[in-house]
Amino acid sequence: MKLTGAEIIVKTLIEQGVTDVFGYPGGQVINIYDALYKYQNEINHILTAHEQGASHAADGYSRATGKVGVCIATSGPGATNLVTGIATAMLDSIPMVAITGNVPNSLIGKDSFQEIDITGITIPITKHNYFVRNIEDLADTIREAFAIAKSGRPGPVLIDVPKDVQVATYEYEPQPIVEKIPLPKVDEAKIDEAVVLLSQAKKPYIYIGGGAAGLGLGDEIVEFARKIDAVIGCSFMGLSAVPDSNERFLGMQGMHGHYASSMAQNEADIILAVGVRFSDRATGNVQKFAKKSKIVQLDPDCAEVNKNVRVDLGLIGDVEDSFRRIAEKCEKTSRPEWIARVEELKNEEAETARELAEASTASITPKQVFDVINANKPAKTIIATDVGQHQMWTAQYITFDSRRRFVSSGGLGTMGFGMGAAMGAYVATGDPTVLITGDGSFGMNLNELATAVSYNIPIVIVLLNNGVLGMVRQWQTLFFGKRYSQTVLSRQTDFVKLAEAFGAKGVAVDTPKAFEEAFQAALKAGRPTVIDVRIGEDEMVLPMLPPGGAIDDIIVKVDKK
Amino acid sequence: MSKFIIAAKVDNQIGVLTRVTGLFTRRGFNIDTLTVGETENPESSRITITMTGDEYARDQMINQLKKLVNVKKVEILEPEATKRELMLIKVRHTAETRTEIMTAVDVFRAKVVDYSANEMCIEVTGDSAKVDAFVALMKPFEIMEMCRTGVVALDRGGVTLLNK
Repeated sequence: MKLTGAEIIVKTLIEQGVTDVFGYPGGQVINIYDALYKYQNEINHILTAHEQGASHAADGYSRATGKVGVCIATSGPGATNLVTGIATAMLDSIPMVAITGNVPNSLIGKDSFQEIDITGITIPITKHNYFVRNIEDLADTIREAFAIAKSGRPGPVLIDVPKDVQVATYEYEPQPIVEKIPLPKVDEAKIDEAVVLLSQAKKPYIYIGGGAAGLGLGDEIVEFARKIDAVIGCSFMGLSAVPDSNERFLGMQGMHGHYASSMAQNEADIILAVGVRFSDRATGNVQKFAKKSKIVQLDPDCAEVNKNVRVDLGLIGDVEDSFRRIAEKCEKTSRPEWIARVEELKNEEAETARELAEASTASITPKQVFDVINANKPAKTIIATDVGQHQMWTAQYITFDSRRRFVSSGGLGTMGFGMGAAMGAYVATGDPTVLITGDGSFGMNLNELATAVSYNIPIVIVLLNNGVLGMVRQWQTLFFGKRYSQTVLSRQTDFVKLAEAFGAKGVAVDTPKAFEEAFQAALKAGRPTVIDVRIGEDEMVLPMLPPGGAIDDIIVKVDKK
Repeated sequence: MSKFIIAAKVDNQIGVLTRVTGLFTRRGFNIDTLTVGETENPESSRITITMTGDEYARDQMINQLKKLVNVKKVEILEPEATKRELMLIKVRHTAETRTEIMTAVDVFRAKVVDYSANEMCIEVTGDSAKVDAFVALMKPFEIMEMCRTGVVALDRGGVTLLNK
């Protein structure tokens, strides 16, 4: 059948299994929005308050499900407003398709109204992008974009469609959903080499990242750790890949990682790295990172092996397949000394935590907030965050019961990510969704409260409000002689009234008991609730490896005097 | 640090060169020379890049280039690959210098491609060292302007980019 370009875009999205898209209309996408109107029974569109919110929502949608998130924006400022969201998805390898309109071909290059070279702008922050010059290429370009977004190491793809291509008509034939492009299987010899290295080791540490979380190898990883008496640690992006309740899991390592997890990684003699990229926040000083250990790295991306850390063996290709073959070939081994040593580390960590908790005189501490959330959150709750101290506390304290439950910007560290992303995750799953944010981050995109209210997206927003930009302030405390340059907010925002003005619920609390009541009520409220939790401005995220530091530099306690 | 030559078969499309060169900028590596041209297949172009760097830079660039959707094949050429560059160089000549310049042209098997009373344009082909040497020889005379194509290179024998 003959359809307009705009109709072909929407029909191809539907054909590719897309049920929800996020976006904002504008002059050069009116035709696409007209087609969305026409096909509204087949595809749901969520109108956000800002295009950035749409891009984060598409990202959160994808993180919570593994599906390709889709966002739509008009040319010029609409397109540039997507940029932060696309970059966020790129840095965390999140599959996304962003569709932008542009001025007609005849006006391209003339600095026309709302014309911007968005393909040029997004080359470094997309896996690939397209400017669709001809309507003949439109449907296949969208299909190819989906294949690229979800294959191998996933990532965002942008498609820019000039207005005249949206208006033109062309033959459209539905096609099946594109398959992922299969990754090569790793040679048996290399698998054997990995098995030998693991068998010879005395202190194995399985280090999992976003790559492992995306694949859902969680249970198999736990089973394998038990089989060979290994421990499991994760990068920030690896959180929620394995259920936290298993005895092998030490939690996140790295700059704000768990003491036991970072220490065990440093003492290990083999690290089996699954879908990690050894970011500077995870390794600290690479010259001193895991010096006693051999490293075997499983990754789909050839450029990740030896990029940040020299590894002893890189297995590039199908990670799931490589992991399973290694796990199967390794014999059951008992390593009681290693497990005992790790228990010691865990005890040391628990001891420090106890001391810190006892020393605190605050009416409510971040730790207490997270204890309440852990105790009260229903099964399968999605936890989204913004960026800053609250995010690191979330990474340290929240326990995850299943995968794809953690929605947070790791690589780019995007403040303002949380509102859009939490909404996207809820739209995708309908599961209980909690956004943990700070007063700094929340201020960046709180306009999306309007969206949450309009679409009745009942996210629980836990606002850890300390009146300061806490993470930067923490660095200023530790490394800049307490010169608090531009980190004291001095704002007079009443978040309860603000929530109510948007049509959401708002409540302010300053004790664990009040927070628990508010949190339970918010879960049942059926509409978005902001819980303004007043915490102290001097609370710190600990432990901390100073930037560029090594494990020996770890800060576990700070004397507040 | 060493010099090496990267050869890539890429889609002959708008914007592909930007994607390739942008990658170097983004990863913090420098391009020494770059040439692009159509190949035996009009749908593909071949890009030849020379760069200076260590083993890390070399491996990163090759692996990052492999990830570009429009890059169909990319390889490092062997050090003994056939390498050629073309230079056009315009020099001033006088009655006193003319013979000396022409001797250099002869010895380098270069060609005078444009000649007027006081200036001439010389075409020199060869590997980069030969072209450099010719430039050095011309320095004492007045070099008015010059341009070089950058290196093009093919591996020796039966080895091609696609069967490598």
